[in-house]
Amino acid sequence: MERVIKCSEAIREALDQEMELDERVIVMGQGVDDAKGMWGTTLGLQKKYGAGRVFDTPLAEDGMTGVAIGAALGGLRPVHTHIRMDFLVLAMNQLVNIAAKSRYMYGGSVKVPLVVRAVIGRSWGQGAQHSQALHAWFAHIPGIKVVMPATAYDAKGCLIQAIRDDNPVLFVEHRLVHQAGSHVPSEPYAVPLGRARILVPGSQLTIVATGHMVMESMRAQATLEKAGLSIEVIDPVTISPLDTATIFASLEKTGRLLVVDNAWLSCGFSAEIIARAVEHFPGGGIQYARMGFAPVTCPTTKVLEKEFYPDARRIAARAAEMIQPGLPTPVGPQEEAPEITRFKGPF
Amino acid sequence: MDRSVYYRQMRRIRRVEEEIARIYPSDKIMSPVHLSIGQEPISVGVCQALDANDVVFGTYRSHSLYLAKGGDLREMMAELYGKATGCARGKGGSMHLIDVKHNVMGASAVVATTIPHAVGYAYALKLRKSPHIVVSFFGEGATEEGVFYESLQFAALKKAPIIFVCENNLYAIHSAWADRHAHIHLCDRVHGFGIPAQRIEDNDGEELHAEIVKARRAILEQGGGPFFFEAMTYRWNEHVGPGTDWHLGYRDETEFEAWRGKDPLIALSRELDPGLKARLDAEIEEEIQDAIAYAEASPFPAPSELYAEVFA
Repeated sequence: MERVIKCSEAIREALDQEMELDERVIVMGQGVDDAKGMWGTTLGLQKKYGAGRVFDTPLAEDGMTGVAIGAALGGLRPVHTHIRMDFLVLAMNQLVNIAAKSRYMYGGSVKVPLVVRAVIGRSWGQGAQHSQALHAWFAHIPGIKVVMPATAYDAKGCLIQAIRDDNPVLFVEHRLVHQAGSHVPSEPYAVPLGRARILVPGSQLTIVATGHMVMESMRAQATLEKAGLSIEVIDPVTISPLDTATIFASLEKTGRLLVVDNAWLSCGFSAEIIARAVEHFPGGGIQYARMGFAPVTCPTTKVLEKEFYPDARRIAARAAEMIQPGLPTPVGPQEEAPEITRFKGPF
Repeated sequence: MDRSVYYRQMRRIRRVEEEIARIYPSDKIMSPVHLSIGQEPISVGVCQALDANDVVFGTYRSHSLYLAKGGDLREMMAELYGKATGCARGKGGSMHLIDVKHNVMGASAVVATTIPHAVGYAYALKLRKSPHIVVSFFGEGATEEGVFYESLQFAALKKAPIIFVCENNLYAIHSAWADRHAHIHLCDRVHGFGIPAQRIEDNDGEELHAEIVKARRAILEQGGGPFFFEAMTYRWNEHVGPGTDWHLGYRDETEFEAWRGKDPLIALSRELDPGLKARLDAEIEEEIQDAIAYAEASPFPAPSELYAEVFA
């Protein structure tokens, strides 16, 4: 029988197995050695590998990111963790000016094998500064790879690959995806970066979704399937470099693209995907739409937060309208996503 | 430190910088240069106390450090010319000198940025049980950045095998150190992190050298570290470019004359045996002309090089 484990357990297993395999791998970050262990993702690692290789850090994102880069230059392979992606704003100088640029500006004479884990929060009132998804900021910068897995299988395989990669890799996690389970082989395996995954094949419309929006889009797809509509759901998995070939091949078939990004739309990843598709299909003929966060700061109170994010019902309605404009749209799931209902705080 | 070595190292750096200043108006070096003239005793004094496998990190004003640590002069000059044979294949320029073979691990144009790298590298050396140290070089302006304090704090916490060397040349571009601080005694602040800190006056590379020798020994033999030195020095040229800047009025030429009077090269020139001095000078000139010729003769990168080395 296939083993099913949660995404957070898959991440812990990836770290454990890579640390076992390669003594250069270290895990650092605020709280990685405490009793909660980053929602279980780092539990037990310090006991097994020692305080030299697994250590808590002072609250100094800028400096500690620089320390991680220096350690990488010095022959280690650090995995630097951040319990919220919002905190990366404090580390932008080191990530953008150094991590991403060292290989190039030093003419290929160094490498920076660094993994930066960043967790996007949602629900239970995460509010303005615990909910941001900034993957597009980093995808804008040459020299840094950005991965955003949405399944436990991809989380383990991509994290292992990210640790083995000789370049800086931003590994974006979503707090609600942490809870999701899927089949995960117990042995170590690497999922190549830069390859999109077709989660469900379909013929009438392509949904490209990221992060938690993959889960919402899958629910939308299930609803539409019952109504007789055929939706292909693609998870890019890697934001940068982006596997456009898989998306373009899908569009050849469906002619319709709905991007559902786990982020704001303005100058975002959704705009990038559509721009590349437009450039690839110069004759036109493709129908485009995108969904994402409302163009406001994320509110804390639940009733407004619910309006802030796209959900399966609205995704289904938008997709159906694109396929059958003017016709009554199939009724999407009315209930809240179970991972949101289940999620209890305080954090 | 042997006085002839001290002379030779400083004289070599001085002459390289003077040649860069001479060439600069020809527009063969089409990028910013931050000359080290006047500050040579600091990097020479420190680097003469290190061994080849010790590691240094620098700043955009690192010609002196690069050469003092043994960085390849030909590759440096070619880098300034933007040539494919440069130490960063023309992609870094004067502000991003690097020579991994000689453990010059890079220089950044963003002030204070390399300080945590030096700490992280030192942490890696300690974890790998390597019998070597790291020296982080930065200016006094860098000590105003938050990352400086974050780096000191973590280095102290982990007893990292690192020496911090602040080259205090009194000015951040055109702004005086004393005008930017209520309390100008830098070492006091560093003491607060539990790090031994000492100020070396008057551009004294020999005293600094003796202290670095002691600190390095304390790190490697007794597990000490980190250590901090504030080395008082003075930049002779403008912040960026080959000229002087007395006309701007932010500092006085008499201040410069006072510092120039303390230039160790003056005393060393008088003291050295004239025959030895003539031989050293001739060697230096020959090496520099060779490096310039190498840079001039080297090819520029091919256009396809634009896309190379984005990723390892």
